Amino acid sequence: MKDLLWLIPVLPFLGALLNGFLLRGRIGKKAVGWIACGTVGLAAALALVLIGGYLVSRQPFEQDLYVWMPGGALHTTVGGVQNFTVGMGFLLDALSCVMLFVVTFVGFWIHVYSIGYMAHEEGFQRFFTYLNLFMGAMLLLVLGNNYAVMFVGWEGVGLCSYLLIGFYYKEEFPPYAGRKAFITNRVGDFAFVLGLFALISTFGTLKYSALFPQIAAHRSLMEGHFVLSLSLASFIALALFIGATGKSAQIPLFVWLPDAMAGPTPVSALIHAATMVTAGVYMVTRSNVIYQLAPGISLVVATVGAATALFAGTIGIAQYDIKKVLAYSTVSQLGYMFLAAGVGAYSAAIFHLMTHAFFKALLFLGSGSVIHAMGGEQDMRKMGGLRKYLPVTFWTFLVGTLAISGVPLFAGFFSKDQILGAAAGHGNWVLYVMGLLTAALTACYMFRALYLTFHGDFRGTHEQEHHLHESPPAMAWPLRVLAVGAVVSGWIGIPAAMTFEAVDLNYFDRWLRPVLVEIPGLQNPEHHPLSFELILITASIAAAGFGIWIAWRIWGRRGLAGEEAVVARVPAAHRVLENKYYVDELYDATVIRGFWATARALFRFDSGFIDGFLVNGARNVTVYAFSLGSGLFDKYVVDGLVNLTGRLLSGFSRGFRRLQTGYVANYALVLALGMFALIVVYYIVLRRG
Amino acid sequence: MLEVTTTHYLVLSFVLFAIGLFGIAARKNMITVLMSIELVLNSVNINLIAFSFQHSDLTGQIFAIFTITVAAGEAAVGLGILIAYFRLRESTSLDQATDLNG
Repeated sequence: MKDLLWLIPVLPFLGALLNGFLLRGRIGKKAVGWIACGTVGLAAALALVLIGGYLVSRQPFEQDLYVWMPGGALHTTVGGVQNFTVGMGFLLDALSCVMLFVVTFVGFWIHVYSIGYMAHEEGFQRFFTYLNLFMGAMLLLVLGNNYAVMFVGWEGVGLCSYLLIGFYYKEEFPPYAGRKAFITNRVGDFAFVLGLFALISTFGTLKYSALFPQIAAHRSLMEGHFVLSLSLASFIALALFIGATGKSAQIPLFVWLPDAMAGPTPVSALIHAATMVTAGVYMVTRSNVIYQLAPGISLVVATVGAATALFAGTIGIAQYDIKKVLAYSTVSQLGYMFLAAGVGAYSAAIFHLMTHAFFKALLFLGSGSVIHAMGGEQDMRKMGGLRKYLPVTFWTFLVGTLAISGVPLFAGFFSKDQILGAAAGHGNWVLYVMGLLTAALTACYMFRALYLTFHGDFRGTHEQEHHLHESPPAMAWPLRVLAVGAVVSGWIGIPAAMTFEAVDLNYFDRWLRPVLVEIPGLQNPEHHPLSFELILITASIAAAGFGIWIAWRIWGRRGLAGEEAVVARVPAAHRVLENKYYVDELYDATVIRGFWATARALFRFDSGFIDGFLVNGARNVTVYAFSLGSGLFDKYVVDGLVNLTGRLLSGFSRGFRRLQTGYVANYALVLALGMFALIVVYYIVLRRG
Repeated sequence: MLEVTTTHYLVLSFVLFAIGLFGIAARKNMITVLMSIELVLNSVNINLIAFSFQHSDLTGQIFAIFTITVAAGEAAVGLGILIAYFRLRESTSLDQATDLNG
């Protein structure tokens, strides 16, 4: 059974092959949905079986399929000349089990939801082809047993993200947003590849099971060898992290994620909230041995994470587009995960990744249900009072909001508390305070979205009000399932302090421990007393409560009027936040304008200097100095000969020009036939002698 | 584990070449023909790299990189001509591009 691991990524690819190529345009929407959901459902079922097997045996399972790149001899720093090869293979260990579960489970329910959401859209089959392709690439990413396979998945999900953001390619903005996402990601990928090259040239392998023990064993090399005035460990860690900032939308490469909301909402839920954007966190956790050896870069990771969390949280509070609120909230929560990974709490990072996948997918699907009911309207100022029209959506959205706000007993509470606890335990109070502020902000902007959307009176047009309806079962059931997940997924990682250290219910932390490589000579973080932990938990609950209270005072009681009162009091601050601190404008003024200016300058150099001075100058010299003398000679001697030749040739060519049909295909055919004729001549004539 | 040998690469290269050649000769859409040319070029690249690997000689790989560079230039020029042509005729069909007949 274990040997079927390779089938998990292959199944969605098979679905994409069927829907995108073999059966394209030949089957109805129902069959398309069955193929897409069926392949992903099978993959999810198989994943569950294999994860169950791991639960029983607790033995990591590695499957090498074939040699993918037979690289040849390579001179490495640690092992001299080695035979470098890259294999295609998969690995099922504690970390990939978690990722596998999240990706297949959430992915499957979003596929089901999409059937309802996309039912009336054009390009139904194209949508599911891309979605299946994405699932396959994402599973390659999390299951690969070396960095090369991970990178293929990494680029594959990037491609699918581009294709799905630009899904509505007939409009103007979505293709632009897709290009923006793709190009921004290239910047990060460039650094990622540099990091991989450094690993190859040092250790001569990319396979996790061969690489990580070597890194742990060669600690002095990693810390003492310097590249660009960074230690080798720091250089690789930084390069990989820059790759992660692109994919996981961290400062400074986060600008693509909010624009990525131009894609269909299930895409936002699956790719831009639950799975793809968390790939960076997965990669950093997978590479934890490198980050443990690079404490300086880990601090950079934590600081960038905390800064992104706070920065995106403040933007989220001033957005009116419901999907934009969720997008900035995603950026902010990803910042939390990097904060955790940066302070060494890798299990907390992955735990938050998992709970976040549930509640953020739920929130996005809920917003999709609202947008579906509103006939495409995304502006919360035109919503309000939807509670009584969309009861299922409202209650599940409420669960998601409580979970992300960190209300006790909901999933987000446990994971967020562990991250804040780790930041405080690390002794870095600035990061802790940033995290705590973000927690309050998160509760505040999420309840703002909830109040503006579902409470008060309906503010849309009469026609929209008439159209309002609860979503079909294919959309309602995924909401219910994910709502259950958004509650119970937190219960597998209850911190010891919450049970007053009587019983250890933090299964998740123990589960992930085998993945964290222990390095001889590096001490573990110290253990803090119970009272310290309890104070932190109280502070988290207080922050969430404070945020909710503020949201209720402003938007809960007065609705949009409350919003307007706040805007009137601080118009300048609101304008800055609503325009996202003008970061896009900043990039436009520097990077994009700079690019255009360079291009224009080069064009001017080309047309002014090369064309104008050199080419035209040479022409002028020729024209005025030489042409006079040569003109006469030309006219009588040369032209005479030419005309004579011309007359002779035109006589001949009258017959031959029939061959010149003008059809390029004819020429190509003659070309190919001629080539084959030459080969035949070679064999018959030359080989005989 | 299955070992991938030079023969595998040559077969792949031949299949790609044949598909490309068929595309050049049989398709009517200029974009498809351009893509077919890319296929042919890349099949040659695979050949070069396969032999380069077999003989442990880097020349073939360097040559492949040159080919890629030239192919990029070729694609840019080809697409430029195509766009200019499309603006003129509002069509990308090769069948109508027969003004240069004799």
